[in-house]
Amino acid sequence: MFRYIVRRLLQMILTFFGATFVVFALMFANQDDPIQALAGEKPVSDSLRAALTERYHLDEGFLTQYWYYMKGLLTGDLGKSLTGRDISEMLVDAWPVTIRLAILAILIAAAIAVTTGVYAGIRRGGLFDNGTLLMTLLLLAMPIVVLAPLAQLVFAMELRWFPATTTKDATLYELLLPAIVLATTVIATQLRVTRTSVVENLRADYVRTARAKGLAPRRVTWVHVLRNSLIPVITLIGVDLGVLMSGAIVTEEVFNIPGVGFNLARGIRTEDGPLVVGFVSVLVIIFLIVNLAVDLLYAALDPRIRYE
Amino acid sequence: MPGKRPWKMVAGAAAISLLVAGCGGGDSDDASANSNTIVIGISEPEHLLPTNATDDSGSQVLSSLFYPLVDFNSQQEPVEVAAESITPDKANRVWTIKLKPGFTFHNGEPVTAQNYIDAWNYGAYGPNAQTGGYFFERIDGYAELNPLDPDKDGPQKAPTPKTNKLSGLEKVNDLTFTVKLSAPFSSFESVLGYSVFNPLPKAAFSAEGVIADGFEDQIIGNGPFKLKGKWEHDNEIVVEKVSDFKGQVPKIDGVTWKIYQDDQTQYADLVSGNVDVQMNIPIEALSKASADLGTRFQMSENSGFDFIGFPTYEPEFSKPEVRKAISMAINREEISDQIFLGSRIPAKSFVSPVVRGYREGICGEACEYSPAKARKLYEENGGPEEIKITYNVDGGHKAWVDATCNQIKASLGVNCTGSPEPKFSVLQQKARAHERIGLIRLGWIMDYPLMENYLGPLYSTNGSSNHYGWSNSQFDQLLKQGAQAATPQAAIKKWQQAEDILVQEMPVIPLRFSQNVYGYSEKVQNVEMNLFKRVDLYEIETIA
Repeated sequence: MFRYIVRRLLQMILTFFGATFVVFALMFANQDDPIQALAGEKPVSDSLRAALTERYHLDEGFLTQYWYYMKGLLTGDLGKSLTGRDISEMLVDAWPVTIRLAILAILIAAAIAVTTGVYAGIRRGGLFDNGTLLMTLLLLAMPIVVLAPLAQLVFAMELRWFPATTTKDATLYELLLPAIVLATTVIATQLRVTRTSVVENLRADYVRTARAKGLAPRRVTWVHVLRNSLIPVITLIGVDLGVLMSGAIVTEEVFNIPGVGFNLARGIRTEDGPLVVGFVSVLVIIFLIVNLAVDLLYAALDPRIRYE
Repeated sequence: MPGKRPWKMVAGAAAISLLVAGCGGGDSDDASANSNTIVIGISEPEHLLPTNATDDSGSQVLSSLFYPLVDFNSQQEPVEVAAESITPDKANRVWTIKLKPGFTFHNGEPVTAQNYIDAWNYGAYGPNAQTGGYFFERIDGYAELNPLDPDKDGPQKAPTPKTNKLSGLEKVNDLTFTVKLSAPFSSFESVLGYSVFNPLPKAAFSAEGVIADGFEDQIIGNGPFKLKGKWEHDNEIVVEKVSDFKGQVPKIDGVTWKIYQDDQTQYADLVSGNVDVQMNIPIEALSKASADLGTRFQMSENSGFDFIGFPTYEPEFSKPEVRKAISMAINREEISDQIFLGSRIPAKSFVSPVVRGYREGICGEACEYSPAKARKLYEENGGPEEIKITYNVDGGHKAWVDATCNQIKASLGVNCTGSPEPKFSVLQQKARAHERIGLIRLGWIMDYPLMENYLGPLYSTNGSSNHYGWSNSQFDQLLKQGAQAATPQAAIKKWQQAEDILVQEMPVIPLRFSQNVYGYSEKVQNVEMNLFKRVDLYEIETIA
């Protein structure tokens, strides 16, 4: 187990460098004139342009710029965004609210997807099952750019059940609507995977054995079947983190949550390379850690899985 | 869910910690709900240091934190505010600025002439890379602080300036200093109204010419409001009334500048009462704004000017007649009504109506919609078969560009297409490189209320926003004569003559003047917005 973790950590370092390199290259290719982007449509004087170009090494080649960035990163300095703010400070400001939002969304999604999925699986072919399948189809078809403003309009502006926007210090209640919107992006797939997996496991030998032993049907379903059915679902939840983060760009903008997505959207718009790469670097790290945790969870769920 | 598995406990613990974390932060919101403070929506300012804050949001917040040297009356004439007097010498070259006594910064430091000199020197010094630095261009010594690259983008770098002090600034006594300009300018007082000319306290500097770390987040001004706490990036900036302010005292006790990323989101908050003033109601919400807000939905004039520039260096657009014909093919009224739902005003002159010296309809026939005449003129002068209007997609210009093109198509019988570029910077780069991008959509908002602020940057040969390469030496000459004229009135005469040349030459098609389109909640009254797209913080009141 220990050796497995060490091996995975070493792989993560490689992945990290690869990923940041790709993001940096993409940002570099997308950059037209960050100084003008910063000034909007105002004129930029020649001496201002010269000073900023030198400060951010904008006239250097791609590799030199990447080298400057990596040098800073390895010495614990994430650099400054083009507006002159410390990126590490921005990260500290932005992450907490996004993490709260993401966890809340994952919990909502998992709770709904797993319970509904199991019931649909047990009553396969029934009215409830077909109903949920239809619902998930609808959710899958609905992009978040439509869903988020729609939810805001209906539940916040018309019905007034939730506040229309939130702040950095959002309470759980304020985050609920954005989290539900965010959760809908992953609920459908999670639900369908749970259902299929439950349907399969219900036919397994160990379930028949458990039933034959005279265990209560509830215990058979919720302990024996569910535990084995969760492995693909857990994998999916880990991967869904990426979906959630891209969904957060839209959700955070619509609900004015000053988190990671909010900053990323702005960074991309203003061609702020250092800002985008800084935020994505942390995203990559979180993604890697979550995936490691997911892999380790397999062993906890299914004793047959062992890591060497 | 039954079961006592570890992972379930982890999930449960996460949920509980989330609840706890969530409850911790929510107390601050309602504390000031019924007090005499208001919430105004902005987008995240790029900077708050006066010489670096040239964006709308930044200068808006600065208007609460700083008290400028001059403000403007309803005729757009400068009125001394923090200054006691601003007087030129006979040649309009050396200006003596006397400050009103008794003013202090928010940290208690008295405001002195040295505070202005230090702040301006910092702003003008090239290596400090202040976006508002070029406003100090007129002051003697600016060139030495901003040496240019000797070989323009070549291998050599611009040399480091030998000095970091403007030679044109001189302190006379604690409350008086003189500004020597590199050329006479009779309207210099109007320029001083721009926010880059605000002073900075001693506390701003950690060493001479170096701004202290973190000063910007806790900026100290000389205005009617002071920062409460720190600038909470992406969240809010809270300012509260200074108790013994010597200048004009606002009626409200404080402003929360709430930061939004998106205008639509802000509109949602305005309708649900979480924001008291929204300064820019997005076009998407215009159609329902009257129903949502009633009389609290307002428009007022501002200084914005939309136009289309001709690449006058291209042979097919080199004839003024061709340019006039295209202008006459456009029905400005229809586009203002249909696309902008009346929120913009058709433009028929080359400067905005808000500046002194504006003459209504000066553009004459060339800006009137007359398709038949346009077609005749166009065909007689051999206008091109294809017209392309290049615009940047990030500014929401597609709808009106397409509509304009359709009108040109119908009137002139030529093919017209809108050609999108992703960003304004790309468009500008291509225009500067004289790539064949056709007509260019452009816009302008003034920095200070003078005709010169339109004519200079937009149409003069070296104008900072002259992206279409039009050049006329007589125009440049008149512009300069206007700047050096003995009085502001005489200056306007010259500038009007310069504008007459534009009417003859039509280097651009004036399209629309923009307006402030704003709305406010039931909690406030006397909400007015000025030409600089800023809320008048001295007039606005809360309803008790």
